[in-house]
Amino acid sequence: MLQKTQITGSEALLRILIEEGVDTIFGYPGGQIIPVFDTLYDFKDQLNHILTRHEQGAVHAAQGYARVSGKVGVCFATSGPGATNVITGIGDAMLDSTPLIVIAGQVGTNLLGTDAFQEIDVVGITQPITKWAYQIRRAEDIAWALARAFYIARSGRPGPVVLDFTKNAQVQKTDITYEACDFIRSYIPVPKISAEQIDAAAALINAAKKPLALVGQGVILSGAEEELKAFLEKADIPAGNTLLGLSALPSDYRLNKGFLGMHGNIALNVKTNEADVIVAIGMRFDDRVTGDLSRYARQAKIIHIDIDPSEIGKNVPVAVPVLGDAKEALAILTLKVNNAEHAEWISSFDKYADIEFEQVINKEIYPKTGAITMGEVVRRVSEATEHKAVLVTDVGQNQMMASRYFKFSQTRSVITSGGLGTMGFGIPAGMGAKIGAPERTVCLFCGDGGFQMTMQELGTIMQENIGLKMIVMNNQYLGMVRQWQELFYDERYSFTDMVNPHFTMIAKAYGIGTSEVSKREDLDTAIADMLKDDKPYLLVVNVEQKGLVYPMVPAGAGVTDIITPQGKLQVQ
Amino acid sequence: MPTQQSTLYTITVFSENTVGLLNQITVIFTRRGINIETLSVSPSALEGIHKFTITVFCTKDMVEKIVQQIDKRIDIIKAYYNTDDELVFQEIAMYKIASDKLLQYGNIEELIRRYNIRILDINETFAVLEKTGHYAETQGLFNDLQEIFGVSVLQFIRSGRIAITKSKVERLNDMLKSRN
Repeated sequence: MLQKTQITGSEALLRILIEEGVDTIFGYPGGQIIPVFDTLYDFKDQLNHILTRHEQGAVHAAQGYARVSGKVGVCFATSGPGATNVITGIGDAMLDSTPLIVIAGQVGTNLLGTDAFQEIDVVGITQPITKWAYQIRRAEDIAWALARAFYIARSGRPGPVVLDFTKNAQVQKTDITYEACDFIRSYIPVPKISAEQIDAAAALINAAKKPLALVGQGVILSGAEEELKAFLEKADIPAGNTLLGLSALPSDYRLNKGFLGMHGNIALNVKTNEADVIVAIGMRFDDRVTGDLSRYARQAKIIHIDIDPSEIGKNVPVAVPVLGDAKEALAILTLKVNNAEHAEWISSFDKYADIEFEQVINKEIYPKTGAITMGEVVRRVSEATEHKAVLVTDVGQNQMMASRYFKFSQTRSVITSGGLGTMGFGIPAGMGAKIGAPERTVCLFCGDGGFQMTMQELGTIMQENIGLKMIVMNNQYLGMVRQWQELFYDERYSFTDMVNPHFTMIAKAYGIGTSEVSKREDLDTAIADMLKDDKPYLLVVNVEQKGLVYPMVPAGAGVTDIITPQGKLQVQ
Repeated sequence: MPTQQSTLYTITVFSENTVGLLNQITVIFTRRGINIETLSVSPSALEGIHKFTITVFCTKDMVEKIVQQIDKRIDIIKAYYNTDDELVFQEIAMYKIASDKLLQYGNIEELIRRYNIRILDINETFAVLEKTGHYAETQGLFNDLQEIFGVSVLQFIRSGRIAITKSKVERLNDMLKSRN
């Protein structure tokens, strides 16, 4: 327990952060948070503050840090524009259940509501996109607010918390007694698992002939990777992963059938509409996974294991909900399910895997002629890192190619903006991920569009010498939008072509190692060069300009309405 | 998905008394494009706990999702919904009428008896009538008054619904008991 008498609100804040185990903060100073930064000057030996080049960079870095480490990401910003610049990251963290605490400066309470310089209603703006938002108006409320903030951000389904910290509360003197919070009467973070629900789920699973498991980020958030494997093994159930569920299971694991949804693996999407029982674990049936709900898994009885009661039945009708923490639920459920064998069902995936390899994968990752493809860049980097690296992506084609072709051998290896789909997420999230996992290789795949949204953060990478490996797959297009324009908008390429700068010259200006590759035969050497040490590096690969991500379930189509380069797939 | 009929649902929310709670609740309706028909907020029987009574027209599926998302907010203690048959409910309405027109009207006693009107105030310029009842009743009086007095109905105001459940289960008490 932390006890101090007559310290400033700013000092109370920093001491509490240290008490909560925080050692890294991403931020940007400004007028209404100067007192906090002034105090931070005296805590430099205990709190590593990373000065980003824009508040958006700070919040995405804090997200990347949180996602890779499982710790709460902490971000400082000033009032007004500082706070509004972190909104995108807060929304992103909300949709992707990322534990995050944003501390924003605010004008003094005497000025609240007067349109004072750099005053904006931060609590009002952020309430709909946070787990909790609170304005600290008095120094004596700091301990209470911080204790709740940490508890709320990391318990149950994690999420972002915003603390709007008025200037007077930063400078006032106060006595503090800090105790971590573990109870709020109106908040039940982890529902108690019901034995009846477990029994009902086990009965369905034990009767299933064609069971399928859908693995979401909930498995990673609850640390249920081993329990998941034990469950899948015992009941012999093949599994597919959502975008954020990737890396919960190793890529080469026997029952891991890959990636679900719009650009997911064909077999999984087809088998979703053949399975008799679907066990969804810590996932939320996002429209990018399900396509048209009226044609999604109508034949299957769905068991939905989730910690958040509001997810049950939100998108699909659920036969048996299991409310609770995935780790605990899977452990209990595994005891109740029978040893089973579904060899024929599992091997029925192979046919579609073969079709996908032949129609899509082989050409994408092992091309012999033509320009370099995005898929082969991803495949070669994954191989060069022995499939042990952390994958960070931006948003768009780069993200889907990376998710499809990067391979994973350990959990918490995917940092990507799933729910919000934030372009510009990549570079700052990659920085945060590298700082959160300094011993691991962190590879960012980015398009030329997303790179230019937050490339000011190269300054942060330079200043902090953050060993992030950045791979820009440059097709001189906003590729995913271009893909939709080609396939669904009559090839009317409305504002998707980009005239780009010399990216390597930009990297050089920041003193960051760099090279540019346009020929297939130079690619492996360039990748090896990038990976030879732990320094930051920018590899620019000029890829096929009109590359397309296949397979694809068009938006609003049924999950088995799959198109490949050879047209609409015939599903028997 | 089968399309469902829209019904009037009464949502009851118990919350901690913190700043900005109403905003947290209303944005959940805003996101889904649902209009709030009536809203009533007041301290509950338990100190420090506020009670919101909200009525909305929507489908059962929608009200279930909305209530779950309200219940999920940190400072919400309990949220649930009911249909009219599960509730005893009431609204209050007030009507301001020009005094001269009221006095000129010959049959005021009949009106008061028929509608069970209370007169809250009367002076040389205006009288204030009060009626409690269901929406149809307060609206019925308003319609009659307009017919009789026309533009001399100077003001009309109706409260949001307040409601008490007929159920034997007291969800707030049960929730608090389980948490203590």
